Amino acid sequence: MTDDVLAVAEYRRGALRDVSFELLSAGRALADGTGGQLHVAVVGGDVDAFADELNREGVDAVHTVDYGEEFNHDVYVQAVAALHAELDPAVLVMPNSVDGLDYAPAVAGRLDLPLVTDCVGLEAGDGLVATREMYGSKVETTVEAPLPAAVTIRSAEWPPTEGAGDASVEAFDASIDEAAIRSTVTGFEEAGGGDVDITEAEVLVSIGRGIGEEDNLDLVFDLAEALGATVSSSRPIVDSGWLPKNRQVGQSGKTVTPDVYLAIGISGAVQHVAGMKGADLVIAVNTDPNAPIFDVADYGVVGDLFDVIPELIEQFS
Amino acid sequence: MLVAVAEVATVEDEFEIDGLAIDESYVEYDLNEWDDYAVEEAVQVKEAGEDVEVVAVTIGPERADETIRMALAKGADRAIRIWDDAIAGQALLDVAAKTRLLSAVVEAEAPDLVLTGVQAGDDAFGATGVSLAEAVGFEWAAVVHDMELADDGSLAHVRRELEGGVEELTDVELPAVFSIQTGINEPRYASLRGIRQAQSKEIAATSLSDLGLTDDDVDAALELVEMYEPESESDTKFFDGAPDEQAAALATVLREKGVGAE
Repeated sequence: MTDDVLAVAEYRRGALRDVSFELLSAGRALADGTGGQLHVAVVGGDVDAFADELNREGVDAVHTVDYGEEFNHDVYVQAVAALHAELDPAVLVMPNSVDGLDYAPAVAGRLDLPLVTDCVGLEAGDGLVATREMYGSKVETTVEAPLPAAVTIRSAEWPPTEGAGDASVEAFDASIDEAAIRSTVTGFEEAGGGDVDITEAEVLVSIGRGIGEEDNLDLVFDLAEALGATVSSSRPIVDSGWLPKNRQVGQSGKTVTPDVYLAIGISGAVQHVAGMKGADLVIAVNTDPNAPIFDVADYGVVGDLFDVIPELIEQFS
Repeated sequence: MLVAVAEVATVEDEFEIDGLAIDESYVEYDLNEWDDYAVEEAVQVKEAGEDVEVVAVTIGPERADETIRMALAKGADRAIRIWDDAIAGQALLDVAAKTRLLSAVVEAEAPDLVLTGVQAGDDAFGATGVSLAEAVGFEWAAVVHDMELADDGSLAHVRRELEGGVEELTDVELPAVFSIQTGINEPRYASLRGIRQAQSKEIAATSLSDLGLTDDDVDAALELVEMYEPESESDTKFFDGAPDEQAAALATVLREKGVGAE
């Protein structure tokens, strides 16, 4: 095993995703801890253009695997495993994205590496020390693993690396076995459509699990009408079929940046916060004073929405 | 079909930490939310097909019988519950250890399809399904939001839910493991008849030696060394008082932002 770190970039439909540049920061910090070099892999897509973009401060080498146009986990597992065998790094860093979770566990399994997913903090020295949350952000844990190890990092926890770098760029022949590719991406589709565009709204009244029953949604629409606001929601409301997908705020829904975001009965899971933390002013109403939504709220009311919302409607009638 | 389900701990709003775990008095156990959708998807495949058996498997103590019986009440045919003193001794059963346990079950049961939830609501590793697929040589897809099996049974058409409201359409060869995302279906409530029938369905208590494994197989490489409440990053200004006072204070803030102005 070397002291090096290998980070695997992510792109989709022709563009590197933000987490790729966050991986560089996480990877560089780990490499500083182990005293090694930071290697970055990019597998498929426009690898030369991606390599140019990934050549940022602190990156020692970019390895390109020119195979395929889009993410395919069978290709990724083979390519990353082959590159890992070549470089023998101490830490393998991947994104805790939907695609990351589609290949990282298989790579770790194939290479017999301990895997720590969804890390929000990382340190490496003789071993790996990871910080991760449990119970929907209610607690944090410290987890230790021996090196070599594999990790996935939560998005937006590390800053993106910006400055220009002077990495070497090398094409890597991963000798992809086509017979082992047993899944095929046939296309992409934008979910939902509908007549409401919550990304354009200046004021959003957003509702979560706390509303309890579908019939109670009337109360939320009454409030939205009184405020001249648009109704959006967190995931469980859409999963239950009470609102269409185009109303969903969060990682798998829309990212919104309204002037005012009024979060009602929303606990504030990390996936939800990812979609609304750019709001100018966040107001939260929740029965749980420790709900993570209050970590991002400017103003808060700890109370029962069924008591507070009717009073608020009254204020604007 | 095999459905891997987990009993997960949900924690009350106010709680205390006891060593490396939440104090038991603040914890309730339930079927993992994501797994509920996986069970429903499996039962729907069974109902639409002929000669499909749905076997639910879980790793958990005797208490977890209650959880897995929910899967039986919803239509799974029989269940396997893996537990052993050596498993109980692990503060954190890591992905690799779970994979070794479930691999042994897959090898014994030889399913065509394995479903599980995207992640467990408590430790949220989100990795067991894909890790299992790699270990047993199955194909896989993570974060599946729609699933359709081809008539000849060779392939599944799935939609993976990516970030930002985008779905990826993928054809996956079978046998495969799919991790199921919430919202893929509408999980049924167990009927009284289902609950009654579940009482007579088999839950096979299974030890490491039953699976041909040893204590070493559940010895996790990962070690949980600390659990703590994160320091609040909140600088929220809270409005106290009765609901009408809270609402009045909120209204002032909203009006200052121009909300409600005609």
